[in-house]
Amino acid sequence: KEVALTKTKTVAGEKNGGTRTVPVQKSPRFYPTEDCKTPLKNRRVAKPTKLRGSIVPGSVVILLAGSHRGKRVVVLKQLPSGLLLVTGPYKINGVPLRRVDQTYVIATSTKVELPALPAIGDEIFKRKGKPTKNEKEMFVDNAGDNSYKISAEKVALQKEIDALVVPAVKKVDMLQSYLRSRFTLTKGQFPHEMKF
Amino acid sequence: SSGINAEYGDSINALPSRFSAMVSFKRLVQPGRIVFISSGKYAKKIAMIVEIVDQNRVIVDGPFTGVPRHQCGIKQIQLTKLVFQLPHGSKTIVVEKVWNKNAVTAKWNDTVWARKLERKRLRASMSDFDRFKVMIARQTRNRILQTFKISKMAGVRKMYKRPVKN
Repeated sequence: KEVALTKTKTVAGEKNGGTRTVPVQKSPRFYPTEDCKTPLKNRRVAKPTKLRGSIVPGSVVILLAGSHRGKRVVVLKQLPSGLLLVTGPYKINGVPLRRVDQTYVIATSTKVELPALPAIGDEIFKRKGKPTKNEKEMFVDNAGDNSYKISAEKVALQKEIDALVVPAVKKVDMLQSYLRSRFTLTKGQFPHEMKF
Repeated sequence: SSGINAEYGDSINALPSRFSAMVSFKRLVQPGRIVFISSGKYAKKIAMIVEIVDQNRVIVDGPFTGVPRHQCGIKQIQLTKLVFQLPHGSKTIVVEKVWNKNAVTAKWNDTVWARKLERKRLRASMSDFDRFKVMIARQTRNRILQTFKISKMAGVRKMYKRPVKN
């Protein structure tokens, strides 16, 4: 497609010739005396986090960090952010729908057959930002209630998912009591020598 | 040597243990001896000694255990209590014949050594869930035993209770 380099503009004034051809793009007023190299364009695209082969929707996993460390939980899926979506289920061991990084997790070879689950994204886990300090309110006692409260939406979602996952867990013999228990190391047990 | 003869028949090679210096040695490096290869490429497998090369080397063959006929250092093998009649330098076909005739694999699997190895292998291959199940099984068993013991102890204690002095 041919792009016009010049265009004609009408010019006011009797003695100015009526029209004038003018370049479409004006040459810059200032330019450096020496040519400087322009950096290459960054065409990097963030790849989705590669999930370990041993972690699959339905696999039982041991949490290694956080308040629920040592607990065995069921992986539901990998979220678009790359984190694992995990649930106790809440009824069994008190772990709610939670995001967990796969590096803070030991994958076991035990797998639960999960039915089709409702779609969940990262949005429900997004926390509201801290209120920014306002000059007017600086001297006002703004303690407020900034503690985190579980939304009703989350509670409902948890119930919905538990209703699907818990029966799948109960189908397997002893799996429920397995998920209730915590993982510990005793004497003579070395994680690098153990098979999970 | 009489113990071995009693178990595996008297068609055993005449053992030189008649010399007083050798009496303390029960298992000898001899053709027909089943050995456990402890290190190297064929580690944790059993084979039969076929020939003795010299002080430090033997030729070993395990046709049904995945050990090819090859020269093995004596330091890499451990002698088992199983020994069978085998002419020295026998071909692999002969070793196979002897192996099948004497049901060597079955006899090896019966030994305590083989059972221990199998137990170790099973324990190492347990998953986290398996370990949990084993723990619960042991707990259940021990609780049953404990309640039984306590019930028995009550009777024993009664037996030895001192009579109350009036």
